[in-house]
Amino acid sequence: MSTPIDYLLHLADNAVVLGQRNAEWCGHGPILEEDMALANVSLDLIGQARLLYQRAAELMGGDATEDKLAYFRGPHEFRNYTLLELPHHGALVGYAAADRDYATTIVRNFLYSALMVHVWDGLQQSADPALAAIAAKSLKETSYHLHHSRDWLVRMGDGTEESHARAQAAVNHLMPYTEEFWTTSPAEGAAVAAKVAIDVWALRPAWDALVNDALAEATLTRPNFHGYITEGKIGLHSEHLSYLLGEMQGLARAHPGATW
Amino acid sequence: MSSVVDKVWATLEPLTDPEIPVVTLRELGILRDVRETPTGLEVVITPTYSGCPAMGQIEDDVRASLEQAGIEARVITQLAPAWTTDWMSDEAKEKLRAYGIAPPHRTCGSRAGAGEVSVLKFVRRQPTEPVACPQCGSTHTVVTSEFGSTACKALYKCLDCQEPFDYFKPY
Repeated sequence: MSTPIDYLLHLADNAVVLGQRNAEWCGHGPILEEDMALANVSLDLIGQARLLYQRAAELMGGDATEDKLAYFRGPHEFRNYTLLELPHHGALVGYAAADRDYATTIVRNFLYSALMVHVWDGLQQSADPALAAIAAKSLKETSYHLHHSRDWLVRMGDGTEESHARAQAAVNHLMPYTEEFWTTSPAEGAAVAAKVAIDVWALRPAWDALVNDALAEATLTRPNFHGYITEGKIGLHSEHLSYLLGEMQGLARAHPGATW
Repeated sequence: MSSVVDKVWATLEPLTDPEIPVVTLRELGILRDVRETPTGLEVVITPTYSGCPAMGQIEDDVRASLEQAGIEARVITQLAPAWTTDWMSDEAKEKLRAYGIAPPHRTCGSRAGAGEVSVLKFVRRQPTEPVACPQCGSTHTVVTSEFGSTACKALYKCLDCQEPFDYFKPY
């Protein structure tokens, strides 16, 4: 039974980590509408994570709960893509020299939701009926996330000289991290064998087409990749995840069982 | 339908959405079913958006109403089939419009079928029907933001009467 659980945690950790990151814009959005949009996207992601953690906890049995899975596992136990834990900026030089660079946020949301619309679509046929039900809901929400991020990607890329340069810098910074999508982790491989998951590799042409089409419309260039492939989904993370979890888990760990 | 099931429906009928108090939970399609099982009565609700913060309030409201009426029933949250705005009745849509929220268009057929290969199937197309302003009825409107005051709504602006308004997104 550990196979679907590890895969569910991978999906849940992806959603909760990106939800937490995007929530950092709450109260700091570049414009009011985007402040609300990012908070809404975060709500959807955290909602998806809750459903997935609840399902994992149900399969694990014992005293497992969604809160324990979200708040009482360490960074090495998280199975999210490294892409999703990165701060909202690239190297702190040049165009991206800001604590929060909106182009980085938008490009990441676009690259991830362009993958997840296909993943959720496929998972509607999962052998786990609970996961199939979560996928059917998540697909509808993720389609809106994709519309939102693609719109802004095009607006920035095909915008002013500065917005174009910042969008291109974000694409150059983040695109290498997407290589992690296409390597198969043991959890993914086992879940595919159990027909709980779908083979992500098979989604690559569809993802490439979505990404290339949007980049072309945004007058942006897709960088060539040759280098290290991150391994967040097997628990090997960047330093950024510890800081993110420190903030997200601090309250629950300081006051276990607290209610308000 | 047994009289006890009828009584539960009648008890829950006045409950409205906490964010949109003009439509009932039944009209929105959140209240899905009331059934008698060998182990007791069950009230089935389904969440709208996965992260909708109103769901907790809705579940509490349902429990409180049942308790007040002296009805013992379990409240079950069921995800499948996934909630859709297509379940909203025409009457509910008219109530939304009168309240100042443009009601959702139908989603049927807007997405490619399972297994169909279409790389652009998730990319927005121009809506086939324009969104009409709930104030003046003009279809000369423009989207301001894909996300509005709640997860289920988008922000629009009417170019004729200049009023901003919420559009309940098809889901």
